Amino acid sequence: MRVAVQSGAFDLGVEVSAFSAAVPGAGAVVSFTGLVRDEGGRLSAMEIEHYPGMTETAIAGMVAEAVRRWSLVDALVIHRHGRLAPGEAIMMVATAASHRGDAFAAAEFLMDYLKSRAPFWKKEIGADGAEWVAAKDSDEDALKRW
Amino acid sequence: MIDVLYFAWVRERIGLPRERLETRATTVAGLVEELRAREERYAAAFADLSALRVALDQELSSFDAPLAGVREVAFFPPMTGG
Repeated sequence: MRVAVQSGAFDLGVEVSAFSAAVPGAGAVVSFTGLVRDEGGRLSAMEIEHYPGMTETAIAGMVAEAVRRWSLVDALVIHRHGRLAPGEAIMMVATAASHRGDAFAAAEFLMDYLKSRAPFWKKEIGADGAEWVAAKDSDEDALKRW
Repeated sequence: MIDVLYFAWVRERIGLPRERLETRATTVAGLVEELRAREERYAAAFADLSALRVALDQELSSFDAPLAGVREVAFFPPMTGG
C-alpha cells in the first residue's frame, strides 16, 4: 500500500509497471488517471491546495477500507498539489486483486472517496480570472452506493 | 490555545492560512460564533455554514462537536479532490 501526495509529476507507465511487477498472486490490475481538462481552451492552469497531514491520513484510511472490502493484494494512490497545466496528470489510483471485478470496484470506490473526502481544493485559472471549483451534489451522491 | 486553519476560499476571505487563538467556546459552533463576532471578514467567511466543512485534529467532524481536548480546528469548503 502506498500513498504519495506530491507536487512533482509522476510517470504513469513507470508507476503501473512497478506496481504490477510487485503483486504476487494478483490476476488483475486496474489503474485510473485524472488529467487537467483545458475546458475548451479556457483554462490556463489548475491550482490544487491541500491540507498537509490530514490528506495523507484520509487517503490511507480510504485505501485500508478498499483493501479490506475487496481483499486487494495491493493499492496505490498518487495525488499532486500545486500548479498544474492542462493535460498534466493530477492523480492516479492502481488496485490489484485476484479478479478484475474487485480491482475495478475498489478503484471506483477510491476515486469516489478521493473526490469528496480527501482534503484537496481545486482552483481554475483562466484568462478571465480564477475560480474555486465547487463540489458537485453528484459527487456526494456517488458515495451512497458504497 | 487552539490552532485554527483555513483553506481555499475560506483562507482567502479571512486573509490568513492559520492562527492560534484563545477560546471560551465548548463546541465548534461556539467557536464559529466567536470568530463571526471578531471582524467583518470572518462574518463573511462563516455566513453560510452549509457551505463549510470542519475537521478536528485532522479528522472530518461536525459543527456541534465538542472542542474539549482538540488542538487543531480546520475550516474549509467541500473538498474537490480526484
